[in-house]
Amino acid sequence: MMDETTPPAALAPTDAPDSAPTSALPVAYDAAAEAAALRAASKRSRRSFLITGALGLAGLGGWRWLLSRPEEDGLARPLRRVLDFNGQLTTDYFQNTRLAPEFARARAQELRFNGDVGLGEDNFDPTAWRLTVQGYAPAGTAPRTQAFSLDQIKVLPRTEQTTEFKCIEGWSTIVHWAGVRLVDFLKAYPLATASGRAVADGSHPPADLARYVGMTTPDEAYYVGLEIESALHPQTLLCYEMNGQPLTAEHGAPLRLVSPLKYGVKHIKRLGTIAFTDVRPRDYWAELGYDWHAGH
Amino acid sequence: MKVVVEKHPLAIRWFHWVNFPVLSLMIWSGMWIYWANDVYRIGWGSTTLFKFFPQSFYEAFHLEHQLAQGMAWHFVLMWMFFVNGVLYVLYTAFSGEWRYLLPTRHSFREAVLVTLHDLGLYKKPLPVRKFNGAQQIAYTSVVLMGLGSVLTGLAIYKPVQLGWLTQLLGGYEMARVIHFALTVGYVLFFVIHISQVVRAGWNNFRAMVAGFEIEEVDPATHAVLAGPTALPAADASLSPAPQA
Repeated sequence: MMDETTPPAALAPTDAPDSAPTSALPVAYDAAAEAAALRAASKRSRRSFLITGALGLAGLGGWRWLLSRPEEDGLARPLRRVLDFNGQLTTDYFQNTRLAPEFARARAQELRFNGDVGLGEDNFDPTAWRLTVQGYAPAGTAPRTQAFSLDQIKVLPRTEQTTEFKCIEGWSTIVHWAGVRLVDFLKAYPLATASGRAVADGSHPPADLARYVGMTTPDEAYYVGLEIESALHPQTLLCYEMNGQPLTAEHGAPLRLVSPLKYGVKHIKRLGTIAFTDVRPRDYWAELGYDWHAGH
Repeated sequence: MKVVVEKHPLAIRWFHWVNFPVLSLMIWSGMWIYWANDVYRIGWGSTTLFKFFPQSFYEAFHLEHQLAQGMAWHFVLMWMFFVNGVLYVLYTAFSGEWRYLLPTRHSFREAVLVTLHDLGLYKKPLPVRKFNGAQQIAYTSVVLMGLGSVLTGLAIYKPVQLGWLTQLLGGYEMARVIHFALTVGYVLFFVIHISQVVRAGWNNFRAMVAGFEIEEVDPATHAVLAGPTALPAADASLSPAPQA
């Protein structure tokens, strides 16, 4: 038995919790010693319960203090700080070479329609649609802005992937996507660097690369922000086809973002503008209390 | 005569009482998260015995429409749960407390007897030891469950960067199922734990707050006559009936 070698726990009666135990147990029943030990024990017990109760109250007070802090984007500030810390930790650990699992195309399913913010324009005309991209311009310089038609995007190298779309609500669906990697787009149109140099490889970004990318719908009702690391990941697509068909209006035609590195909330539909920046872009759901990073 | 016997070291009491509110709030915020996609049930085919959770349950505890808050709290408290758990395991490893907590080859047989005893089906006295076999199995399992919650939690929190872990656990959706099932396990643990603490009585409960128990010993032989005890068992066999 494992306990055979364990020395017995203190068995000596004590007259006070901190005093040294008396040399040995009295051989005969010693009523006075017993009474003293019990008095000391109840004093010690009372003290322990008081301290435990006080610590409990202090914890409750700390909790209430936390909740009383001013809110930052729908969250008490200390909570927001921890979420941002978690996000930074994730970004530090991030590696471009770690890929989301890909699945057999036959496993792709119909994707639930789950959000219409930014799709509300009555007279939206997909044929007249243009993607506006604002290049990265350090403070004080005028940004280069360029507009693209869908055809200009479709002639860029096409990438297909069958990945798991994960909604922040907790459900997930395997979907087959087709589009242009954002990093491939930036090879053709080097708008993410201040110098206008192309990003050859997302794993080794140049020093003058923007830190963030912000994207909005044409009506600016929906907007997301991504840190540049996720944006340049090889599975981040400017997507125009879903499960073999051109995107439908409700899934973001003519062009949407797809990235298995992020929850569905970052898969902005009906892209209007893309801007490369040094300032963390606004994010629709992050302003409503969600994690800005929302990344995998 | 009655003597004071040390039972739970201060560190163990500290880990225990930090873990209790933290795990409770992890479960609470987890419910806020789970509500947003509450797809689990017990049943087969189109037969559902129990749905996690009935609408009335959400309404009674105001669990609806709190996904953002739930995620925020979950991803803050996870640090406390993790750090407290790691410190507990390190403490038990280095202090030697693990000797009382880890099951042995005798624990499983003893756990059956303890269960039968608690159900009134086994009348002989149970072993006199700090933790009996059933407790050793329960307290070790719950630590392994904690590890399981951390790992499945990471697998659904960062399924790309920790993709190897997610794959190891059967994929994103399976990891979420396990994460949920473990939480149900904590609730079951809690129910049994509380009922056993109530049964065991004040002396036992006080030990988790103040650290000691008061036991009746024979002044001549020092043999424990009554009371749960912090003494290690002499051997794995069931101890003889107390003399008192």
